[in-house]
Amino acid sequence: MPKLKIEDLARMREEARRATMLREGAGRVKIIVHLGTCGIAAGGRNIMAAVLREIEERNLHDVLVTTSGCAGLCSREPMMTVEVLGQAPVKYVDLTEGKVKEIFAEHVMGGKIAERYALAVGSERAM
Amino acid sequence: MPYRVHCMVCAGTGCVSNRSLDVRDALEKELRKRGLEHEVQIVTTGCNGFCAVGPLMVVQPDGIFYQQLTTKDVPQLVEEHFVKGRPVQRLMYTPPEAPAPIPKMSDIPFFKHQRLIALRNRGLVDPEKIEDYIARDGYQALVKALTQMTPDEIIEEITRAGLRGRGGAGFPTGVKWRKVREARGEPKYIICNGDEGDPGAFMDRSIFESDPHSVIEGMLIGARAIGARYGVVYIRNEYPLALERIQIAIQQAREYGLLGENILDSGLDFDISVTRGAGAFVCGEETALIASVEGRLGDPRARPPYPAESGLWGKPTCINNVETWANVPPIILNGWEWYSQIGTERSKGTKVFSLVGKVRNTGLVEVPMGITLRQLIYDIGGGIPGDKKFKAVQTGGPSGGCIPAGMMDQPIEYVAPDGKHEARDYLDLPIDYESLTEVGSMMGSGGLVVMDEDTCMVDVARFFLAFTQDESCGACAPCREGTKLMLDILTRITQGHGTMDDLRALEEIGWVVKQTSLCGLGKTAPNPVLTTLKYFRDEYIAHIEAHKCPAHVCRELNTYRIDPVICVERGHGCGVCRRECPEKAIFGEKNQPHRIDTTKCKKCGVCVDVCHFNAVIVE
Repeated sequence: MPKLKIEDLARMREEARRATMLREGAGRVKIIVHLGTCGIAAGGRNIMAAVLREIEERNLHDVLVTTSGCAGLCSREPMMTVEVLGQAPVKYVDLTEGKVKEIFAEHVMGGKIAERYALAVGSERAM
Repeated sequence: MPYRVHCMVCAGTGCVSNRSLDVRDALEKELRKRGLEHEVQIVTTGCNGFCAVGPLMVVQPDGIFYQQLTTKDVPQLVEEHFVKGRPVQRLMYTPPEAPAPIPKMSDIPFFKHQRLIALRNRGLVDPEKIEDYIARDGYQALVKALTQMTPDEIIEEITRAGLRGRGGAGFPTGVKWRKVREARGEPKYIICNGDEGDPGAFMDRSIFESDPHSVIEGMLIGARAIGARYGVVYIRNEYPLALERIQIAIQQAREYGLLGENILDSGLDFDISVTRGAGAFVCGEETALIASVEGRLGDPRARPPYPAESGLWGKPTCINNVETWANVPPIILNGWEWYSQIGTERSKGTKVFSLVGKVRNTGLVEVPMGITLRQLIYDIGGGIPGDKKFKAVQTGGPSGGCIPAGMMDQPIEYVAPDGKHEARDYLDLPIDYESLTEVGSMMGSGGLVVMDEDTCMVDVARFFLAFTQDESCGACAPCREGTKLMLDILTRITQGHGTMDDLRALEEIGWVVKQTSLCGLGKTAPNPVLTTLKYFRDEYIAHIEAHKCPAHVCRELNTYRIDPVICVERGHGCGVCRRECPEKAIFGEKNQPHRIDTTKCKKCGVCVDVCHFNAVIVE
């Protein structure tokens, strides 16, 4: 192991931070892939893999990915919700891996909702 | 592919004893089985703090807190949470009296009221990976201290921050550093005192186990400030996990050139070695500890000269406690203004406590100085289990004292350091160095033992004195003879042979031992006796005059009888007590009331333990 210099330490910090930032629970964008029975049957796991691949390829470290159960609209699965911090969540339906790519380019990166794939903006009211 | 979930599995000593590593292995296996091993990362962390409900795990980024996990829970957990995205309610924590489980760690009262500085990385880093520490700004304070600050500025920063020694005495850290810096003699040494010996205390152990690099970084900054070349970590051999993790951390720091020569090209040379202590309580005392590091018998010596002038190998030595060192990097990184905002006027920052005894949420907590005992025991600790009444809290271990709850609603007088009398409720006593000293106890290293109505205060005093008497090194007469005499008297009282004169003798001997002992062990050993005598004198008198132990702990003073009505109506004379009594002192037939022959009864109490119907009455 070569001896560290101050610049190396800073670089190491950036790299390690990318891998561990998730633990602090803070991110710019949160993506929820709906993985109820219906979602999984419709190919939700491939959508999840596509999302993770996008994050890796684009080298993003401010995007959190979580899963949830059935959203109640089983006929439109696979679904995912994209929530940019401070904005209303957007539900995307009938997803394919290609659509995920486009949504990443437009919404996650560009901040513009990919309206052609969106079902609705916002969520149901709970309680 | 990046991980989308991090499972932070607690691998502190408490959770490991409860088989958290088995849970981790089961989790690993199950994730592989479901093909999720590239999406879900498992991280073993140091102590999370909420030891009462271990083995535990926090799932990030959502912060879901799972508790009391077993390997059997793992398949359901993986299926529901990681495959289907439905956190498992059954495995979450539900506070007593709460209607539903609390999913998020940050919403759980035990965590909500804490403020983490020394334990800032607990549960967030793998203590065996230096990269995890670096990701959390690790060694950035060192960079700042090496490139932007002179040694004097570092000492000034620590002084103005108001950091005081966390080992218990509360000596201002900056003042100590300045003394060592200005002392003549080379080389200078730095020692990390990890000889945590108080029964029920595990603060230092947890810092070593959860974030060892924070101690190393603190020592490096100290080395730059005082001009030290060598450091020693003194750690008890009974702490195998802590020992292993600090050794791994030192090795990693060496590999990266963060220990050794010309650190980060700054010209600083510093290296750390580890000395294992054999578990003598007196070695927590600084002069005894230094003797032990030098390979001699761990005997204390008279001060002055203080170690700052003549310490290890007769050279200037800066010795601080583990928690003190762990506090240094955040102070340097964030500045003294930030740190001095936390805490009270004279006690700045936070303190780590191990909360144990008769309290619901036992575990490790870090709270701002000045928090009241009530907040600590009720808001964080969750109160006393089983509808029992809170009686007292013991702070500072065998060197500390017992603070009563009996005066909870009745304000009492106490003398403030400025001489003014002030009315204050004990439980609302703010926790800082001075307040605790004023009521006859001390901060100590941070052990907090909560006691309920089933605790006999005379027995508690006897227990702690038996400990210090056993650990007394015998070098000076007051401690060697005084603690022995006091223990004899206390034992006599708990056996019902005490006299009222004994109380005066206890106080007299206690004061002499306090005033004349050589080192801190003897100077503080009488505290548990003196405080219980002060606040629980009626219990001593009950033992002496009525030959009764109000808490029914001192067995020699108890009498046992069987309530004939309960025995027959509820228990139908089941006879389990008759069969279990080792003295064959219980008589009776089935469906008939049983009775105890008090002439044969040796008062062992087995009958109480075995009776399912609470028919045995202790008086």
